[in-house]
Amino acid sequence: MEFLLNRYRNLTVLLVAILAQLVLLAYQVKSNGEVRLIRVWAVTAVTPLARVIETGRSGISHFFSDYFVLLDVREDNKRIKHDLDRIQMENQYLRTELDTADRARALAIFQSHSPSKTVAAHIIGNTTGSGAKEVIVDRGATSGVEKGMAVITPAGIVGKVVDVFPVASFVLLVTDPSFAAGVISQKNRVHGTLKGQGGTKVIVDYIQNEENVEQGEWFYTSGDDGIFPKGLPAGEVTSVHPGKSQREIYVTPSGFQNGLEEVLIVIEGVHTEIPGVPAPNQPVHLLAPPPPEPGAVPVTPAQTGPLSDADRIIDKYRQIGAAENHVYGERGNGAPNYNISLDQKPPDPPKPPPKQQER
Amino acid sequence: MTEFTQEFTEPRKKDRVSKFNAGAMIGIPLAAILFQVYVPQFIKYLGYLELPLLVTVYFALMRRSPIAGVLFGAGVGLAQDSLSTHPLGMFGIVKTLVGYFAASVSQRFDVENPVVRGVLAFFFFFFHGFFYWVLARALLGEALEFDPQQTLVLAVLNAAVAVPLYHILDKLKITG
Repeated sequence: MEFLLNRYRNLTVLLVAILAQLVLLAYQVKSNGEVRLIRVWAVTAVTPLARVIETGRSGISHFFSDYFVLLDVREDNKRIKHDLDRIQMENQYLRTELDTADRARALAIFQSHSPSKTVAAHIIGNTTGSGAKEVIVDRGATSGVEKGMAVITPAGIVGKVVDVFPVASFVLLVTDPSFAAGVISQKNRVHGTLKGQGGTKVIVDYIQNEENVEQGEWFYTSGDDGIFPKGLPAGEVTSVHPGKSQREIYVTPSGFQNGLEEVLIVIEGVHTEIPGVPAPNQPVHLLAPPPPEPGAVPVTPAQTGPLSDADRIIDKYRQIGAAENHVYGERGNGAPNYNISLDQKPPDPPKPPPKQQER
Repeated sequence: MTEFTQEFTEPRKKDRVSKFNAGAMIGIPLAAILFQVYVPQFIKYLGYLELPLLVTVYFALMRRSPIAGVLFGAGVGLAQDSLSTHPLGMFGIVKTLVGYFAASVSQRFDVENPVVRGVLAFFFFFFHGFFYWVLARALLGEALEFDPQQTLVLAVLNAAVAVPLYHILDKLKITG
């Protein structure tokens, strides 16, 4: 035995190492348990390092951007003394700053108006899974985060918390193949399950061919999954195809529309109503016509005269014809029997009938 | 060729073994894992770089000891596992095998040659991706997708990064 172990020492070590890890795997799968301590150590070791790196990166980045901006301004002042260029540069810089501020403000406004209680978090890294659609956020158990909580942005759902550590959490994104959430369509209230595909789009499963879902329609969370509160936007339908028995519905998730840097973790979710679709034939409010201008003569159809030159000529001929007792369409000996150069005179008023003497 | 002459014409195995100080052996894999966690946040395309794997292959090749390769691969793999959401041991098993085979291969090839290094990095990247997919399906029942074409392209890219990376890591060897 000893001879065999010595002879196959390398192979023995390999088999022992693999066997140990297989046992570890089997234990986790069978007990659905966590090897909590190892993960806590690893995350606790990595999080401060990641924060230090991030602080250093942002500091250096700001230093260089500030330096180059100031250098550009100074050179511009020296070279052309042109205020407009400087203002344009500052404008560009401020616009970028404003975008960042807008995003943060939108998040804050959404947070303050949302009935759900949320906590804001920054994304500080990816997990190391192969092709993983998971991110690490800088909020953990100390901020009240728990496993299974929903992660959202003002634009829609982003994912769910799958692991919580004291100062960080892992978030499974909606695009991950193992992600699923209950959704409902906005227009026809069709229930389905939103699933990740590993790409940029997700699918909505378990919708029969008979049910009506249209392209461009929105899906909202239904609250059935116990994770996402009802009424959060999930995404817009980009394509719908009939399948064997169920429809193939592809949806573009809306939560990533404005980039993914800051998110909200829903600590206490509150269900809300799904916004309705505007009815196609709803009444349209129209203002009353404006009052007439002072002194203006109101225009009525009865008073409108000929509008064009042709109308005026026809009208003139008609009056001439009436003055000469001519009926148009009846001609004698090939020549007109009426004088078209006749000056138009108003017809004589009809004479009153002679009065009879009273007897 | 007699045993005597062979001893003088071929360098002995212990002479070919490269040594590194403990700081480099711990710090480099940690830096590789941190790189994978942090950098893709800003440059998404760098998410395709599997630096922990490349580092595992390098140290296994340079140490030329299958036992060292096994232990190193298991260590890096488990550290990577602990920062992921899947059960511990998935990356551990795959990288253990990579470490073992890389060290075994290093006893037969001239692993100082950049071309050989590139080819081995390419091969082990593909092996790593494929074996991870097999394990995920077999042990966890996960329906992961494996795209051979994409994996081959990524393997080429990783091999292209591996050659200069290994050249830099060579500078950390303890000489004398």
